[in-house]
Amino acid sequence: MEVSKGDSTFDTIIIGCGMAGLAAGIRLAMFGKRVVILEKHNAPGGLNSFYFQGGRKFDVGLHAVTNFVERGRGTPLGTLLRQLRLPWDAFKLCPQNSSRIAFPGSNLKFTNEFEVLESEVAREFPRDIDAFRALRKLVLEHDALNLEGKVTSARKIVSGIVANPILQDMLFCPLMYYGSARERDMDFDQFVTLWKAIFEEGFSRPLEGVRVIIRALLDRYRSLGGVRKMRCAVKRILTDGSEAKGVELENGELLTARQIISTAGLPETEVLCGADRHAETIRCNVGRLSFGETISFLSEEPAAMGCDETIVFFNDSERFHYEQAKQPFDLRSGVICIPNNYQYPGNQVLQEGILRITGIASHDYWTGIDEETYRREKEEWFPRIVSSALRFLPGMKVENVESRTVYRDMFTPRTIEKYTSRFGGAVYGSPEKAKNGQTAWRNLFIAGTDQGFLGIVGAMLSGISIANRNILMGKER
Amino acid sequence: MTKEDIKKVVLEIISEIAPDEDLSNVQSDVRLREQLDLDSMDFLDIVMELRKKHGIEVPEEDYQQLASLDSCADYLTPKFAGAGA
Repeated sequence: MEVSKGDSTFDTIIIGCGMAGLAAGIRLAMFGKRVVILEKHNAPGGLNSFYFQGGRKFDVGLHAVTNFVERGRGTPLGTLLRQLRLPWDAFKLCPQNSSRIAFPGSNLKFTNEFEVLESEVAREFPRDIDAFRALRKLVLEHDALNLEGKVTSARKIVSGIVANPILQDMLFCPLMYYGSARERDMDFDQFVTLWKAIFEEGFSRPLEGVRVIIRALLDRYRSLGGVRKMRCAVKRILTDGSEAKGVELENGELLTARQIISTAGLPETEVLCGADRHAETIRCNVGRLSFGETISFLSEEPAAMGCDETIVFFNDSERFHYEQAKQPFDLRSGVICIPNNYQYPGNQVLQEGILRITGIASHDYWTGIDEETYRREKEEWFPRIVSSALRFLPGMKVENVESRTVYRDMFTPRTIEKYTSRFGGAVYGSPEKAKNGQTAWRNLFIAGTDQGFLGIVGAMLSGISIANRNILMGKER
Repeated sequence: MTKEDIKKVVLEIISEIAPDEDLSNVQSDVRLREQLDLDSMDFLDIVMELRKKHGIEVPEEDYQQLASLDSCADYLTPKFAGAGA
């Protein structure tokens, strides 16, 4: 659909061209709505975007697409593909090799077959295996997608079943790292969603990374006549009483619509509606967790260097501490991701080895220093982060990684905040979620991270659910 | 439109929503969810397609009327007649 310059009235305005915004846009365009997606940056993808540097392609966010199933309905991936009317192979997902949770003295390997994790728990924690099975039963019976569900403490529920604190922490570690906006605990709904996404279903990745998924969504959206405006930042959301009227763009242009879906985040959206960024009600909803990552490009395949695992979640302390970093970078725990170690079809391989190490980093530290110090500190921290993580990959020697590193980059909470506009660089958003998408304004809805479905598949399902429930089924249509 | 025509319309919509389902042996008097892998989101899509393609409105409280092909035909016949189809 060509939009002429004066064209400024839509059925629905969607703020943010990430996974949730695109999925919501596809649903609405599919049923004849005039939709526009507004994106501040020149690249689509939001929290799961990509960039080019030094002739190389980098994924941000995506370590793995969770929720991988070969086929089969009643799974989040199946539901979302059907809702978007995309074929099963649209995202070209390839399954992982195997992953591991590595704690002092205990390792739990897991794959896309749940039985592997179960037998690992039986091996490492024979006294706790019945409790583990009871927890799994509870997880499988729980309806986590209920949009009206109450927030309950997963720590409380899990510790009531599994007595061993080490096993508790080992199970929480990957689930927290892949989606918890809360420190030390999670909403039980999110625990269940992530358990299913990671342990029951599993990890996958397209050979060419997140771009494949973004491209499939963009093509679908475009074919349905959806409009997209890039480099088009929203300055404010125009409201009148309990009603949202439209948006004013940074360039002064005004767009009006019957409904607005914002994927910018909950506190971020409230500020767009006029709230004071520094008001206590806003500040207390800003997520406290942000992350940093080192990316090393290697001249050799990681498998040849001694590691064929896909993802390793590690922790070196007696207990696992998922909390705001007190140091610039919390070296006690983290996530190692090796994108080469997926089962790509035929003999396809990535051109170089890639080693990504992600950990909790201090937003205040990395955003509070000048450019010069920032560059120097990144140089300083890079090797410390790599060698700290390699303690948990016994096959890979630090000196081998160093001598084979042909290119490297590092991002910090400062980078995340700059490119995603999330307050605090909080990739998992606010600890407060708007599960049913509703806000104080009757026709303004939240989708994406701060609605509460997590991961790439969760983000797309969030966009779909909010569009279905609040616009296609609602009185708003 | 006859009841048989309406069943065909509904089956056609399902084939678009769920191209991987085998629709050759769907029984009219058995609930669709018992024979096919359809969830509540799929039923929403049936409703949305009826509106888009045929101008027929199915309010949310009536979704249960679409449980089987027979009940679809019974429920939709007057609506198709009203829509002038």
